[in-house]
Amino acid sequence: MIQLNEIRKSYNTEFTSLEVLKGIDLTINEGEFVSIMGSSGSGKSTLLNILGILDEYDSGEYLLDGRLIKNLTQTQAAQYRNKFLGFVFQSFNLLSFKMAWENVALPLYYQKVDRAIRKERAIEYLDKVGLKDWANHYPNQMSGGQQQRVAIARALITEPRVILADEPTGALDTQTSYDVMNIFKEVHEQGMTVIIVTHEEDISAKTQRVIRLQDGDIISS
Amino acid sequence: MFDKDKWQEIFDTIRKHKLRTLLTALGVWWGIFMLIVLMGAGTGLQNGVFSMFGSHARNSMYMWTQPTTMAYKGFQPGRDPDLTIADMNAIRSNFGEAIKDIAPRMWVPSGEIKRGKKSGSFDVRGDGPDFINIQAMNLTNGRFINPKDVEDTRKICVIGKRVKEVLFEDEEAIGEYLTMAGSEYLVVGEVASDRSNENQAQQDNQTIHIPITTAQRVRNRPNAVNWFGASINEPYSVYDYEEKIAALIRERHNIHPDDERAIGSENVAEEFDNISGLFTGIRVIIWVVGIGSLLAGIIGVSNIMLIIVKERTKEIGVRKALGATPKDIISMILLESVFITTFAGYIGLISSVGAVWLLKIAVGENVPMFSNPQINMSVGIGALVLLTIAGAIAGLIPALNAANIPPVVALRDE
Repeated sequence: MIQLNEIRKSYNTEFTSLEVLKGIDLTINEGEFVSIMGSSGSGKSTLLNILGILDEYDSGEYLLDGRLIKNLTQTQAAQYRNKFLGFVFQSFNLLSFKMAWENVALPLYYQKVDRAIRKERAIEYLDKVGLKDWANHYPNQMSGGQQQRVAIARALITEPRVILADEPTGALDTQTSYDVMNIFKEVHEQGMTVIIVTHEEDISAKTQRVIRLQDGDIISS
Repeated sequence: MFDKDKWQEIFDTIRKHKLRTLLTALGVWWGIFMLIVLMGAGTGLQNGVFSMFGSHARNSMYMWTQPTTMAYKGFQPGRDPDLTIADMNAIRSNFGEAIKDIAPRMWVPSGEIKRGKKSGSFDVRGDGPDFINIQAMNLTNGRFINPKDVEDTRKICVIGKRVKEVLFEDEEAIGEYLTMAGSEYLVVGEVASDRSNENQAQQDNQTIHIPITTAQRVRNRPNAVNWFGASINEPYSVYDYEEKIAALIRERHNIHPDDERAIGSENVAEEFDNISGLFTGIRVIIWVVGIGSLLAGIIGVSNIMLIIVKERTKEIGVRKALGATPKDIISMILLESVFITTFAGYIGLISSVGAVWLLKIAVGENVPMFSNPQINMSVGIGALVLLTIAGAIAGLIPALNAANIPPVVALRDE
């Protein structure tokens, strides 16, 4: 599903050049439940951003579902993200002025799906994360765990090939974290590829495979 | 083109962000409102001042003779030649193409005018049939002096509004007789002054018009004319004919061609043109102020759009992560901006039309120098179109910026 060959990425400023990824080789197969572990500054978030086509890499090759992801236009990138990828962020990134179901339905809006169908599907996915009754609530009326579940429903609604989660439990307490991880586990059991970035051992322990990053290199996978 | 979903999304955003929408709208609204109200008030002032010239004959002049100051053809200075009916005919036959109306006038000394037991002191003037076309007045009843009255030296009269009120009150005046200096005159018509200068109008309304020939007979000065008014047909210039007619009069009365003082004249067009010039100035000021406030509105919209895009950076990042293309982002921000400016501009247009209408009602007929404020709709709509385009441009620059922010950067924004 995902194949990385010699991926390099550095951030250049006027005075310094910081190499964040130093030639990453990695293969993740369809249906895997993977966590990327590493301390702060290890390059794990950068790696996830590249996997999510939110950021570009300097050299190497990234194949997503057999397609080379390189030098895409913004529009192509947007279409790939919309079709193949679902994002879950540490800070949830729900739009505060939209109700839960509207947030969940937003990716379908960019697929030009009819509003009535969007709503129906959004409520269906909210039901899957156990928040059907919260469909008409705004994010600020919900707890952190609930907001993250809404965000997961939003990531799932387009039925993407890969779910990318950047520290999805970083803002949650332990019990809520485990609840969220259980949802990811269920998603994985339905056959989706799930990639989670975390720095917490107990979270990565819940995944099938742990990829450890240190200073821009993979030390174990 | 019309995408219901896109508009739904935009209305949603607008509804959820009332304050910033209101602030944007306010700037636009104020710009349009100021422009239209100023122009309405300006037109009102202009109409008011122009109406002081009355409804008739802006392209007209008055002329009379004064004592000569230069010796000519054996005549000594200090002679005051009388204008005559023959002069009027000569003017007509020389400048027939340009002369629209010519109205000689002969004064009759005021005296007590009686009707039954009622009496009053009024001005009596001998006039020609054209006079009603020169001095702004409306025939309210009966008829004015006609050529036959003049030809037959009839003892008829046309009375001013005030004369009718004093001598007849509510009774029918037409067909009744007035007594002036022992002679009886048949009332054939009533007139009301249309001059907006109140003193002049009052004086006109206290005047009794009789045929000029009748006046000449009363004064025992056959053919004499005190002064005359003339109006000039549209393509011709009253300035040119003022000089041509004066030259003709000089020639006919053996006045030295350079004797400026011997002919007195007054040119209504000149006065009118002076005021027109003043109004050109006022219009320029109105446009400058109006466009200034419009510009302030546009700049306000641009500013707020920039802030809105800044404020929405994170939201834009999220939308991009979820699959929004740059085109989606640009059209979202652009349509929002255009919608707000157009709507606010439209409200501004409507409310300013309302304000001008209220002004019109409040002012009514009572305020001198101000009447019938009007709005030039094409200017209003032009301003609205301009503002919409400006709103689009104001939205376009930040929208392009927003579309080009890499999603990682946008998502990092707090």
